[in-house]
Amino acid sequence: MPALTFEQIVATLKSEHGDLIAGEDAASTMPHVLIDPVKAQSGNRFVELTTFCRDDPRLSFDLLNCLSAVDYPDRDVIEVVYMLDSTSHKHRLVLKAPLSRKEPEIPTVENVWRTADWHEREAYDLLGVRFRGHHNLVRILCAEDWEGHPLRKDYVIPEEYHGIKNVVY
Amino acid sequence: MTLENRNPDPLTKNIVFMNLVDEVINATRANSVWPLTFGLACCAIEMMATGAAKYDIDRFGSGPFRATPRQSDLMIVAGTVTHKMAPRVKRLYDQMPEPKYVIAMGGCVIRGGPYVKFGYHVVKGVDLIIPVDVYVPGCPPRPEALLEGLFKIQKLMRREKILDRTRRTTKPEIYQPV
Repeated sequence: MPALTFEQIVATLKSEHGDLIAGEDAASTMPHVLIDPVKAQSGNRFVELTTFCRDDPRLSFDLLNCLSAVDYPDRDVIEVVYMLDSTSHKHRLVLKAPLSRKEPEIPTVENVWRTADWHEREAYDLLGVRFRGHHNLVRILCAEDWEGHPLRKDYVIPEEYHGIKNVVY
Repeated sequence: MTLENRNPDPLTKNIVFMNLVDEVINATRANSVWPLTFGLACCAIEMMATGAAKYDIDRFGSGPFRATPRQSDLMIVAGTVTHKMAPRVKRLYDQMPEPKYVIAMGGCVIRGGPYVKFGYHVVKGVDLIIPVDVYVPGCPPRPEALLEGLFKIQKLMRREKILDRTRRTTKPEIYQPV
């Protein structure tokens, strides 16, 4: 199978899961597809979409390159970014799911790509995104009893941790 | 004929012999400073280079990096100390037998380095949790600098008296892990 262009990938996605897709941006430096956060929350739809990305012979995104999250306080949004690669077709796709900043929650994709397990734990640790259905959603980088999510833009550095002063010069 | 002690100083009058003992013991100690094997970040790579053939810390008796704190004299804190790692570092230090020495290697260990302003996870200087004898600045310090730090530790050791270990025992309790 040949590599698909971004437009062809979007068309393939829309043919099966058009209701989940809120838009796309082909002109961006990183062309991406926006996922409708509300519809992705309901039931199993988002996992079906990602499984489709992985299993459909035209797309065959067998590699989750990176899963990260970005905080946009001015838009009141935390975006979860999925970067997918196809090692057989040599094409790629970026999915972005803008979640509400108050309660960022999205179904886990750890059963679709095993890579997502630790990536989702990291996104939870640093930005507080809850991945529904994750089997072990605990902090991965910060200490277990750390308070807050450090990569949020409104995070305040604690004055001390376990009696060790956090001197700020 | 009897030997006459002509030392008029009341403090040192009777310790001529002890000085000799001190010198022998200190020479043995200073020439076998065994460091503890542990590295926390990139400074550890430089520490390993110091231990390898080119810089060869073994020339100065510090070759045997011990795998247990119970056999070590020197703790080279090489690399960023995070809040998560701090209790472990403190515990390793506590498990070392006296007399023990600490080298703070690199900017991160001395005062937080590049993480000094926004590093929410970094301990701003390992001297907040354990007492440090020698600071070796650099990012990371070159092996020569670490060797210089070791020489400073050896100098400290050569100055010590076997009967007077107060310098080693009167250390402030800085931090107790929860």
